[in-house]
Amino acid sequence: MRTSTPEMLASPPFKHLVRRRWLVSLSLLAVLFVTYYGYILLIAYDKPFMAQRIGEVTTLGIPLGVAVILVSWVLTAVYVVWANAAYDPEVRRLRDQVEHGRGR
Amino acid sequence: MDTTLGTPTLSAIAFFLVIVVLTLAITYWAAKRTRSTKEFYAAGRSVSALQNGLALAGDYMSAASFLGITGLVALKGYDGMIYATGWLVGWPALMFLIAEPLRNLGKYTFADVVAFRLRQTPVRIASAVGGILTVLFYTIAQMVGSGNLIKLMFGISYESAVIIVGVIMMAYVLFGGMIATTWVQIIKAVLLLVGVTVLTGLVLAQFGFSPSALYAAVVERYSQAALEPGGLVTNPIDAVSLGLALMLGLLGLPHILMRFYTVPDARAARVSVLYATGFIGYFYIIIPIVGFGASALVGRDLITKIDAGGNMAAPLLAEQLAGTPFLGFIAAVAFATILAVVAGLTLAGASALSHDIYTHVIKGGHATEADQVRVARWATVAFGAFAVVLGIVFKGQNVAYMVGLAFAIACSANFPALFLSIVWRRFTTPGAVASILTGSILTVGLIVISPTVWVDILKYPQPIFPLRNPAIVSMTMAFAVGILVSLLTREPSAEAAFEDEKLRTYLGIGAE
Repeated sequence: MRTSTPEMLASPPFKHLVRRRWLVSLSLLAVLFVTYYGYILLIAYDKPFMAQRIGEVTTLGIPLGVAVILVSWVLTAVYVVWANAAYDPEVRRLRDQVEHGRGR
Repeated sequence: MDTTLGTPTLSAIAFFLVIVVLTLAITYWAAKRTRSTKEFYAAGRSVSALQNGLALAGDYMSAASFLGITGLVALKGYDGMIYATGWLVGWPALMFLIAEPLRNLGKYTFADVVAFRLRQTPVRIASAVGGILTVLFYTIAQMVGSGNLIKLMFGISYESAVIIVGVIMMAYVLFGGMIATTWVQIIKAVLLLVGVTVLTGLVLAQFGFSPSALYAAVVERYSQAALEPGGLVTNPIDAVSLGLALMLGLLGLPHILMRFYTVPDARAARVSVLYATGFIGYFYIIIPIVGFGASALVGRDLITKIDAGGNMAAPLLAEQLAGTPFLGFIAAVAFATILAVVAGLTLAGASALSHDIYTHVIKGGHATEADQVRVARWATVAFGAFAVVLGIVFKGQNVAYMVGLAFAIACSANFPALFLSIVWRRFTTPGAVASILTGSILTVGLIVISPTVWVDILKYPQPIFPLRNPAIVSMTMAFAVGILVSLLTREPSAEAAFEDEKLRTYLGIGAE
């Protein structure tokens, strides 16, 4: 038997799926905010910290700037790996229940 | 050093012609595949994740980022690098908050999502206002920038440059729709990434492939200050406000959002963001090396002599390192960059006019396919011609603030309504309209009385509003007004439809 729309919306697996999707994406967003605005506020409030030398002339600010970009990409990759491995299979399972009535 | 910059060299013209002939050939091929609205607006939803990732990068990496950020790093050092990071951080946010729901809920424009369960006419009109304002300011900045850049690089007049850009990009969009636009953006992204990679390699080769040696050369020629934060980030609130506009503004740029409808499903949309973030991140990591290279090898005096804003740092460096042919290549790449970005903007502007206003508001959602495609093409001509006229009207004006303005409107007018419509059951039509109008009017109003326009352009001694970018105030107000007005009104049909929408948002059931 196919699962009706109201049944699916009320079902614990669907609610769990939606909650988990936002939990993962909002946690990653929080890390992104801390990384980027942390970097900006560090520059605004503590320029000497960013200007301290880590090599002959290279300042700490240079690797930190590159790190902000790398962290942004890694967060994106983490989301994709999670979504492909954990989110998509569950989406397919629930979708099949509504469309074909399989997997109950 | 002598430069051939500003005179049309044989190599520059040859590279330029190769790019134009190639892209027009693709447009011819694409035109035969562009009959339905799905093909015109969304390339038949047949674009792969990798192709869309490249096209997103091609849509986003403008000549302003390539030439402007290189110049900023060359002249101001580390501050240019701070600026560069802000351009990337919107991409993860786009992925986490809206990429998948946007793909599942919409058809051709972001207004499809906002209007999904609300009353079509008011929401479509308001979304089109927010969308068109964003695209318009972005387009003015691009057109004026392209007129100046092409004049500097090829020595032709500003007006002819603007008209050439207008005619070529209109040919792409008019005949080849999204299919041609996608391929133009892919070609441009590849050329730009290759060009900047070669330039970076040539710079590093001068310093034994050691970035530290490059930094040492910059410090020796100028001072340690080139590697330290300077005056860009002084007021923390202003810096955070600009950061918000750059980050969340991406989530409201119509020409970027539109690209998500070109892929088959939400999974492809997601993977395409990962590719785009990779390409764009790589670009912003290596661009400062080119900028520092220009500083150390070309020198700030010569760069500012050619163009006070520093925009010619990358072309000058290319010429010095590998001669006139490579300068020609870089100049042609910059030209292709402008064409691809303006084509994407024109398609987005035209689709707001034709899909949102004509099909849904004027025709009440009932127009034949042939009729819709015909109107979309007329809208392209109208928007493209308007862009050329604006480019000429704004000749000689300082329009650098307009990109910031476009991002501020995108994050204040488009993003709050889009996001609330996806996640909040109680969001209502009056709430959406009020939020979009608050965001649009407040952003434009505040930027006029901010230091950016009030002091820099209108030359008053004191700004009325202290922040250079109003996003932190205007976006917060757009959210607040959208929520407040929704709570004061009830729309039972929209609340009921939210349940069905959830199956489509999260499971993709019924997605187009």
